[in-house]
Amino acid sequence: MRTEAAELVFDEATKVYPGREGAAVHELSLTVPAGEICVLVGPSGGGKTTALKLVNRLIPLTSGYIRIDGKAIGDYNITELRRSIGYVIQQVGLFPHYTVEGNIGVVPRLYGESRSWIKARSAELLDLVGLDPSYAKRFPAQLSGGERQRVGLARALAANPPLMLMDEPFGAIDPIVRTRLQDEFLRLQGELRKTVVFVTHDIDEAIKIGDRIAILREGGKLAQYDTPMQILDHPVDEFVADFVGRDRALKALALQKLGDLKLGEGVRDGLPRLPAETSLRDALSFLLAERQEAAVVTGENGKPLGVVTREDLLR
Amino acid sequence: MIVSSLVIDAFRFIGDNGSLLLSETGQLAKLAFASLAISLAIALPVGLWLGHKHRGLFLALGASTLGRALPSIALIGLGIAVLGVGFWNVSVALVVLGVPPILTNAYLAVDGVDRDAVEAARGIGLTETQILTRVELPLGLPLILAGIRISAVFVVATATIAAVAGLGGTLGDVIVNQASYGEAGVFAAALCVSAVALGTAGLLGLMQAAAFRRMTPRT
Amino acid sequence: MNGVRFAGGGVVIPHFHKPSACLLHNGWFCADWLRQHWGDTLQPDLIQHIKLTLLAVGIGFAISFVLALIGLRFRLLDLPLGAFSDFLYTIPSLALFVLLIPLTGLTVTTIEVALVSYTLFVLYRNIVAGLRAVPADVLEAARGMGLTRTETFLRVELPLSAPAILAGLRVATVSTISIATVGALFIAYGLGQPIYDALQQPDIFRTELVAGGGLAILLALTADALLALVQRAVTPWTRAR
Ligand SMILES: Nc1ncnc2c1ncn2[C@@H]1O[C@H](COP(=O)(O)OP(=O)(O)O)[C@@H](O)[C@H]1O
Ligand SMILES: [Mg+2]
Repeated sequence: MRTEAAELVFDEATKVYPGREGAAVHELSLTVPAGEICVLVGPSGGGKTTALKLVNRLIPLTSGYIRIDGKAIGDYNITELRRSIGYVIQQVGLFPHYTVEGNIGVVPRLYGESRSWIKARSAELLDLVGLDPSYAKRFPAQLSGGERQRVGLARALAANPPLMLMDEPFGAIDPIVRTRLQDEFLRLQGELRKTVVFVTHDIDEAIKIGDRIAILREGGKLAQYDTPMQILDHPVDEFVADFVGRDRALKALALQKLGDLKLGEGVRDGLPRLPAETSLRDALSFLLAERQEAAVVTGENGKPLGVVTREDLLR
Repeated sequence: MIVSSLVIDAFRFIGDNGSLLLSETGQLAKLAFASLAISLAIALPVGLWLGHKHRGLFLALGASTLGRALPSIALIGLGIAVLGVGFWNVSVALVVLGVPPILTNAYLAVDGVDRDAVEAARGIGLTETQILTRVELPLGLPLILAGIRISAVFVVATATIAAVAGLGGTLGDVIVNQASYGEAGVFAAALCVSAVALGTAGLLGLMQAAAFRRMTPRT
Repeated sequence: MNGVRFAGGGVVIPHFHKPSACLLHNGWFCADWLRQHWGDTLQPDLIQHIKLTLLAVGIGFAISFVLALIGLRFRLLDLPLGAFSDFLYTIPSLALFVLLIPLTGLTVTTIEVALVSYTLFVLYRNIVAGLRAVPADVLEAARGMGLTRTETFLRVELPLSAPAILAGLRVATVSTISIATVGALFIAYGLGQPIYDALQQPDIFRTELVAGGGLAILLALTADALLALVQRAVTPWTRAR
């Protein structure tokens, strides 16, 4: 499983906690292709955390299979399995007695990496998660919540795992910092292309982060597994429609960019200009606020690509 | 076996010398409790007040280390060398040993009370004294009682040693005088001392547990 | 030179070539006596006392550690184990020595057993509290990262409970040094000897009392300071704010 990214398959994975009626995760079947982010989302108690912990065997499966790169998790050595999966949790769980560098170096040290290797690796990872190299010698108590979560992420990435499990990693962080961390996480993923299972209860975060979204309902049953766009456009039932919210049309607008649209002719001066990366939602908001009917969409170096109208956006 | 026969002899000694042991035990208890009372009167207000002010951590911790480091026989000897032998003279030494655990725990108990609770009490207009007696004292009670218990154990144990240094009539003189009382007598006296110490500690332990129970909501 | 020395035993009046004025007036701190008896009395007693303490705290620590692991693994046993160590602590030292003599005789072992039983109280409580206070999220992270049980214990739980354990060791060491002086009432060993000798002189031999008691206090405070330094050195994260 020492590839850059691994394929993860849930195959009728079921967890029933002893002494509890009903399953926490019920016959969950889904495939996360290598290099993609799968977001598990659903109401509290929906079995998201349980599903995640089944993967690194923090919780044993009751029945069914989970396979990583085609091999059942039960066939891996449990310690090896866990060491090759990055694990990030909401409370972070940094080791208070290790410095940032010490925390990042925990698993590499167990693999027998040298001090200098760890030093270099930690500097590289700090840079990757957007922290100054001077943070290496700090203790967790000297970090803010957002900084701790970045270090948690760097620690999980230290051994270059092909699979990452993240349980509400930004759940305890204030909205402004959360947005920044989400953006940086997406930038990071653009470079690293890991397979990621990301748990959240926030549908907006799911839409923003996920390549695919798995919506779990109570009892750990999979309600829908699709791309964010599909889920917003075609929720399979009332539960999913409810969960994504009445404003799902607006959310769908937020997902598409002007550049994705078929643009009209008629570029002329006097029309406002919007870059192609602008989301449809922002474009619509702009046109309404500026009392304009249309705008010129611009590409690189401000080169006009075509015209977009209010009607185009509302279709 | 020798041991079991010794225990039997000890109980026989207790039966035969009941009045002697009773009066000596009473004397020991009197000495210990008087010293404990004085220690409480000194240490409790000081510890509570310092804790309330969050001042004097160094004093509180230093007192406990020093208190622990003082060898009790040497201290009693010193007291006798300076003040001479006598009930109150010996109790001075016992107070010196009894004060530190009470002081330290009272300090830590009050100092450690949730600052938000104190802030809230101040906010609704309680005076400093009211905050101390109605908020900090009840919340810190288990720890305060633990300090008193340690101090009581310490004082009872040391009161016995006082006899060694010359103060008669507190069981210690029986314990170190095997020539007169025999092995069984020594053993019996040791049992009596232990009984006083365990009884005191047990009583304070029960109070401590009760204080704890009152503070933790029933589930 | 082990031997029984109950109160009322022979009073040994020290022999001096030329008793100084200080000694004649039973002064508090007669330098000539101290100089003369450092080598034959005080130093050997001090060394005995150090040995006594090291052994008692060492054995006490080993026992408490094992008991703490048992108490943590088998929750039901924690209460009785705690109560038992509490109970041992409550027995007055003088009485405990007496109660032990029928079992272990008038030997240094008796002192050791008594001292060890006193250390259990502080050490057991502190080790259990320290190990139990390791945050749950830290343990989950360790498990999720693939640390084995042993690795988690050695690299995470043990270092994180070091402040509590060392605090317990400081208290236990200081108390042991102090309580060990009581043992000399029965068994001539350690710094209790000069103290007890002094008490047996008609007017209490002040210099010897101060020397014995002072050395015991100094030893205790030195040990406490040394352990405080160790504590500082091995727990740098506790001062990071
Ligand atoms: N260790 C456990 N023992 C028993 N039941 C559990 C345990 N952990 C979670 N559960 C139950 O399983 C269900 C799913 O929990 P969880 O996976 O934590 O949900 P989520 O992460 O989606 O909020 C809940 O009903 C929860 O009470
Ligand atoms: Mg959860």
